Amino acid sequence: MDIRENMEKKYHEALSTYLKDQNEQALYQGQKISRLHIKYNISPEEIISMHKNNLMELYPELPGKVLDSFDFLLEVMMGYGIAYREHQSLRHQQQELKTEIEIAANVQHTLLETEIPDIKALEIGAISVPARQMNGDYYHFVQDENERIGVGIADVIGKGIPAALCMSMIKYAMDSLPEHRHEPNSVLESLNRVVEHNVDPSMFITMFYGLYDPHDRLFSYASAGHEPGFYYDAATGTFSDLDAKGLLLGVDKKTRYRQYEKKVNRGDMIILLSDGVTECRTNDGFIEGKRLLVSLKRICICKPRKW
Amino acid sequence: MEFQSCVKIINEWDIVAARQLGRNVAKELGFGTVDQARITTAISELARNIYLYAGQGSVSIEKLNINGKSGLKIIADDQGPGIEDIRRVMEDGYTTSGGLGAGLPGAKRLMDDFDIESIPGEGTKIIATKWLR
Ligand SMILES: Nc1ncnc2c1ncn2[C@@H]1O[C@H](COP(=O)(O)OP(=O)(O)O)[C@@H](O)[C@H]1O
Ligand SMILES: [Mg+2]
Repeated sequence: MDIRENMEKKYHEALSTYLKDQNEQALYQGQKISRLHIKYNISPEEIISMHKNNLMELYPELPGKVLDSFDFLLEVMMGYGIAYREHQSLRHQQQELKTEIEIAANVQHTLLETEIPDIKALEIGAISVPARQMNGDYYHFVQDENERIGVGIADVIGKGIPAALCMSMIKYAMDSLPEHRHEPNSVLESLNRVVEHNVDPSMFITMFYGLYDPHDRLFSYASAGHEPGFYYDAATGTFSDLDAKGLLLGVDKKTRYRQYEKKVNRGDMIILLSDGVTECRTNDGFIEGKRLLVSLKRICICKPRKW
Repeated sequence: MEFQSCVKIINEWDIVAARQLGRNVAKELGFGTVDQARITTAISELARNIYLYAGQGSVSIEKLNINGKSGLKIIADDQGPGIEDIRRVMEDGYTTSGGLGAGLPGAKRLMDDFDIESIPGEGTKIIATKWLR
């Protein structure tokens, strides 16, 4: 017995039981049949036809007009049948897209992976939690042969897949910068030209680039409109903004970036972030820079540096 | 020559005539009520598109008998503006009517075979077949 015949038999049994004695038990059977119909792609118009055939069988003396009315109902239900099929196929497509995005997210994860440099003079940590499956934030560390450590942090304005694709481009542009061009302002200037040239005009990228030289303990940095970081001065126990001015990447290909310098003393701390942190919603609204500072201070007091 | 008959689509009432023709032929061939409704719905969509987008054209219905298999073939033909991007219009959810009608993807699902030929500026020809099981 094929599925359709089997379904017809089930429908017939449940309907005749219900018509004999209108009880909840038979209606529950009806609900189960409904699930089965969906499972086996039986469309509404077929159910109406099944219903009509059953009635004719159970009540041969039923007025013709009553039966005719089911032909009308069948016609009316055609649209629902089509909408149902469309829904099925869209669902299938959505599932496929989801799988593809998962794969893309994994690929992106591998592409953007960066190794945190391990040098004695510094303690470095980084965390990134994607707002959606694909991450529009990016950070990257480079260490050159003079033990200088470069750190880039970027954020594409706009989230989702286009932003994530854009990040992969930044990463490749960074990788192909010549060794000697790791001065923060020139890094941003090169990347700005790449972005201006290659990226959709509606897409902008903010970026901060810093370079720490352990020999003279100098941290030089430049920013392309990126969320300002914080600097913790261990001697005074105070935080200050790591302010740097500069236009976003991709606005004007001739943009020049100013480079700032800061002498880093023992126990000091540099905190860089993306606006994902400040935009992050908490129960009482957005986290503001000030509140963030308060939390940071608390953390610093609780966990004294090990030196 | 196999049976073929044709309805000219000029105004909205001709859509009804095309449906009627399709239903009669479907009945003669022995299609059940569900398939009859599917065939007429597909005819309706194609005829309505002619009426709406091409201004006028025709819908022909053909009885098929190939290797002992019988079927019904719809040919919707017009010399209207044609369809620029066929792939696009065959995507679910593309219709301008906001998915209220079956549209072309719906009509395709109701039939077994579905084929569009369209040349922008010259016209559109859609051939759809339903086989009797
Ligand atoms: N015969 C035709 N001639 C020209 N354009 C057509 C024709 N049929 C369909 N189209 C184009 O294809 C689109 C999609 O058609 P359809 O799937 O029936 O959805 P809808 O009619 O609801 O927009 C129409 O909006 C129209 O632009
Ligand atoms: Mg239409």
